[in-house]
Amino acid sequence: MTIEVKSIVKKFGAFAALDNVDLKVGKGELLALLGPSGSGKTTLLRIIAGLDWPDAGEVRIDGEDALGHGASERHVGFVFQHYALFRHMTVFENVAFGLRVQPRAIRKDEATIRARVKELLDLVQLDWLASRYPSQLSGGQRQRIALARALAIEPRILLLDEPFGALDAKVRKELRQWLRSLHSEIHVTSIFVTHDQEEALEVANRVVVMDKGHIEQIGTPGDVYDNPATAFVHGFIGESIVLPVEVAGGSVRLGGQPLNIAADGAASGASKLFVRRHDMQIGPAGTGSLEGAVRHVRSFGPIQRAEIALSGGEGKTVIEIDAPRDRELQAGEIIGLQPRRYRIFAAQD
Amino acid sequence: MSLQTSLISRASALPKYAATTDLAITPPAREAAGRPRAAAASRDLRSEPGPVRFIIIALAVSFLTIFVVLPLVVVFASAFSKGIIAYFAALAEPEALSAIKLTLLVAAISVALNLVFGVIAAWAIAKFEFRGKTFLITLIDLPFSVSPVISGLVFVLLFGAQGYFGTWLQARDIHILFAVPGIALATIFVTFPFVARSLIPLMQEQGTQEEEAAISLGASGLQTFFRVTLPNIKWGLLYGVLLCNARAMGEFGAVSVVSGHIRGETNTMPLLVEILYNEYQFVASFAIASLLAMLALITLVVKTVLEQRLDEGQTRDDSGDH
Repeated sequence: MTIEVKSIVKKFGAFAALDNVDLKVGKGELLALLGPSGSGKTTLLRIIAGLDWPDAGEVRIDGEDALGHGASERHVGFVFQHYALFRHMTVFENVAFGLRVQPRAIRKDEATIRARVKELLDLVQLDWLASRYPSQLSGGQRQRIALARALAIEPRILLLDEPFGALDAKVRKELRQWLRSLHSEIHVTSIFVTHDQEEALEVANRVVVMDKGHIEQIGTPGDVYDNPATAFVHGFIGESIVLPVEVAGGSVRLGGQPLNIAADGAASGASKLFVRRHDMQIGPAGTGSLEGAVRHVRSFGPIQRAEIALSGGEGKTVIEIDAPRDRELQAGEIIGLQPRRYRIFAAQD
Repeated sequence: MSLQTSLISRASALPKYAATTDLAITPPAREAAGRPRAAAASRDLRSEPGPVRFIIIALAVSFLTIFVVLPLVVVFASAFSKGIIAYFAALAEPEALSAIKLTLLVAAISVALNLVFGVIAAWAIAKFEFRGKTFLITLIDLPFSVSPVISGLVFVLLFGAQGYFGTWLQARDIHILFAVPGIALATIFVTFPFVARSLIPLMQEQGTQEEEAAISLGASGLQTFFRVTLPNIKWGLLYGVLLCNARAMGEFGAVSVVSGHIRGETNTMPLLVEILYNEYQFVASFAIASLLAMLALITLVVKTVLEQRLDEGQTRDDSGDH
């Protein structure tokens, strides 16, 4: 099913949680809403679910106006960050809840409900926990039960609010892969909210990056990582080196010194140069457009991470780069640096 | 009387649940921090020396004996002083039966209504944000802080012959004062805080997520309330109802002002105890009093059980949260 959000505005007092947000989600997509806390991503999700109401705008699910219906009529599966399992019901009854509260006219008979719950518990591989209570489960198990419960009503769309936010790192990783494979199995249009870029890039087909109630960029994980549309996206996704530069007539200057890189059509004025840590090419002193002294090197895995104090600017500008280990760096060494890939954005403040 | 006041103070202590469990955690934590071995060998630094401990415990026990156990014993001793036959004869008096019936009726009315009002008030406070919420919370506590006599007097001022609605009611021959409605109103007022007070902290702690989950699964408002909210608050609700009932049956001050003391009609059990006592009918007076005392004892036992249930509910939610 498709979801369409048009010019949604939501204010809490004077604070605009969502400021004119437009979004289209295609059938069968697995979309991530990514942003820092307070960016409005959870509010947007809750509005789609019907748990919050916008001050203005439109929400369409499968072309049909959703704002005319309450949450209980929207047929939307919602998974909460803190699971929100019914604590006084067994796992089985939790999953069965959505089937049991259906209007009598369409309610299934007990045998069908039991079969369906069994099927869902098999799907999340937790059928052996059916008679337990939520408090007897681990966090990861609870979240899978919450998902099974949401799927029980055969939702038109599935919404997940920070589904792995309350779990420890190892369980998170497992559940991420599990969610992705589950989605490719059942193919229900899904949106999940996260503040964890790695999670968004790893799980989603498309990523929506949000900040301060705006959508900054929508794209595939590769897109938002390699071609960030704004300074915010470049800074938020992946580790970036940010240098304050001046753009004047096609040349780029750092602290008055011209850099040997093209302005790439960036407008003249105060700007910021963004380079990924691993996109800084190192060479002997005198080569490259930047020069600096290695202050500290840590090596792990395939890379070495070096802290480098740039020459000029009284050595106060310190950057961190990731270099391959084919050329071991030494502390105190002077090296040349050349950005392989970079982006220049106008400085906003 | 002293039993009742202790019930009330326990009720207002309910919101501090979390604080008491925190305290309970402290001693082992301190132990884990590691005391110097030498000090541990000479004397246990955590506790007072033996004699001091003995004196403190003895003081507490004798205080309780004098102020709680002794009066209870006196009540039952006086009630049975003329033998068991006199005791039951006193209870079988028409006046006594009427007082018992009236007390049960008033308690039933006020508990039922306060159950509804209390759940609504607690729901409003715990699950919604609105202006004037703090004021509402303060207002709920008002009956606790006002003298019961004043609570009764309010209704006299409203519905009495010289009151605001007095003439209007008289013209229509509606009896509120010196009748069951007045007694019920005064009792409802005095016992209002119990249910709301025992639910608010519980509902605030539980939040609204389970309700939201139920609604997103297609449940209606009523289904959500009866299948999700109510089961989650049932022990707290029973606790509030229990205390509300104990107070409703035992209320003296407010009821005394509005009842009019019409014998065999508007006397509740506590009122009858006083009247009989003033008429030197000690056996009858203490026989009724013994019923109230038994109610208090039963209430205490049930309350202890409910508190355990509430505690279990709390620890069960805390455990396994990883």
